[in-house]
Amino acid sequence: MEVLFATVVGILTACGVYLLLRARTYPVVLGLTLLSYAVNLFLFASGGLVTGKPPVIAADAAGYTDPLPQALVLTAIVIGFGMTAFLVILALRARVELGSDHVDGRGADR
Amino acid sequence: MNHLVIAPILLPLLCGALSLLFVRRLEALARVLNLAGCILLLPITLWMLLDAGTDHYRVYALGGWPAPFGIVLVADRLSALMLALTSLVALCSLLYALAGELRANPYFHILFQFQILGLNGAFLTGDLFNLFVFFEILLIASYGLLLQGEGAGAARTRATLHYVVLNLAGSALFLIAVGVIYGVTGTLNMADLARQAAQPNPANASLLQAGALLLLVVFMLKAALLPLYFWLPAAYSTAAAPVAALFAIMTKVGVYSILRIFTLIFGAGAGAAAGVAEPWLLPMALLTVALGAIGVLAATSLRLLVSYLVIVSVGTLLAGVGLFTAAGISAALYYLLHTTMITVCLYLLADVIARQRGSNADTLTAGTAVGRPVLTGAMFFLAAIAVAGMPPLSGFLGKLLILEAAVDHRSMPWLWGALLGGGLLGIIALGRAGSVLFWTSAGRPVLTLPALPLAAAMLPLAASPLLVLFAHPVQEYTTAATAQLLLPQGYIDAVLDRPAPSLMEHASPEGMP
Repeated sequence: MEVLFATVVGILTACGVYLLLRARTYPVVLGLTLLSYAVNLFLFASGGLVTGKPPVIAADAAGYTDPLPQALVLTAIVIGFGMTAFLVILALRARVELGSDHVDGRGADR
Repeated sequence: MNHLVIAPILLPLLCGALSLLFVRRLEALARVLNLAGCILLLPITLWMLLDAGTDHYRVYALGGWPAPFGIVLVADRLSALMLALTSLVALCSLLYALAGELRANPYFHILFQFQILGLNGAFLTGDLFNLFVFFEILLIASYGLLLQGEGAGAARTRATLHYVVLNLAGSALFLIAVGVIYGVTGTLNMADLARQAAQPNPANASLLQAGALLLLVVFMLKAALLPLYFWLPAAYSTAAAPVAALFAIMTKVGVYSILRIFTLIFGAGAGAAAGVAEPWLLPMALLTVALGAIGVLAATSLRLLVSYLVIVSVGTLLAGVGLFTAAGISAALYYLLHTTMITVCLYLLADVIARQRGSNADTLTAGTAVGRPVLTGAMFFLAAIAVAGMPPLSGFLGKLLILEAAVDHRSMPWLWGALLGGGLLGIIALGRAGSVLFWTSAGRPVLTLPALPLAAAMLPLAASPLLVLFAHPVQEYTTAATAQLLLPQGYIDAVLDRPAPSLMEHASPEGMP
């Protein structure tokens, strides 16, 4: 499972960075979204991957999984979602004001 | 537990949230609450400054949860200094804003309060993840603030887009760093992190170092250090003047975070990760000074020039910090006070000049003259002397302290060369800008501004002579703050070795909410 998890995080990060380096705002937004997914998964795994255990210390459970990364991921998801929403609106405004969806506002005629 | 510690966070939160509730029905409320919040913040932070002067760590456990498990706020000398500086900067910027078109914009006032909330939280928190959260609060408020105000148009939107995308990428890096550090140490409390980092655990040492360096990259982005400063000139020079003035404190959040994290957690006692930032910080800072100085020389408008001066000042500041000696950090703290206040003054002054020159605005070309040329010119002259680091104002003293701190350091020729060379280029550029704006420009100004904006711009300028007059007490304070930073054991003990707060507090009537 660790290998699969790491591969997924790696592929998501690679795709996110690739899209982030594109010159159009929409791929950049998508890239940031993918990157934040990768980061959330990474953060989730930072407490160690445990399956089938409760996130609390219980008398009848054999062990527990670290609950803190889950709380951190929740916070990160909420913040990331809000930021993405803002960025989409900003990208739309930039498209209107710059006349192009290029990140530098170039090539309006293309 | 003294509840006043959390007031710098709660006060702007309440003011901002209340104004937001009534934003459609009572537009003036936002303005009133913003002013009231900024004025009230001043005595609170001054009290904290005096209180921290007794070398007492004020630890506030949120919800009464004891330290490694709950989130703590910690007010030490450095935090209190930054808080007081923030409230001063905010008040100066707001007074100027009240004399301009942003006065009637309720969203500016609301975002302004949320910006202060994020800043104060970042300076107070003692938890790494909480630092991330407050970073995000101050960033999202700054995204909104950047877009406020008239003019600029497309250039401003483009600069904001770049700023937002860069900072979102920076936030992703921050989270990766937090994840790595949590994975290695199993804690996010800064004091507990310092303890864990000090334990020899060679298996994960390289991971911890990687986490520390990732954090350094994030903070370098916030502080606008080479190679991550390219967002700053465009964003700051197109923002509305009071917003740019408030943002003078934003780069200092990055500087503060570097100071805090790399003395407390990854300081001298951090075992394998000790001094991990040292090989990077000083060279980067000096290169930033060099490139920033070239930018100053090449700037075509006054606000662009001031923005590059901000980059030079960040480089100078982090050169002092990058020495990682008591003298270097203490000098950097003194310089930080000076440079923040002067930057505020310069942004406001640039706007005063731009508004009076009509279509010439603040471009460095001969054109419409400035109203009240003698007074405005004298202010520009004083601010230029201060920012370039010429005697007798505070810039000279701050730079001298940093130069003096580097005398015995092996990087001395580089540091002296960069700082003095950068200062020379700054003097040339400022001299040229001043003579173009005040001497070769002719004709009547488009409008002569009332006295109020000019007075608001004069307020932060007064900090410079005051910093010289009271150099001794200020320096004593910064020296003591540095001593606290370089001996983090006091901080760690104050946070972790407290008697179980939840039980103690409820037993005494003072602790009841």
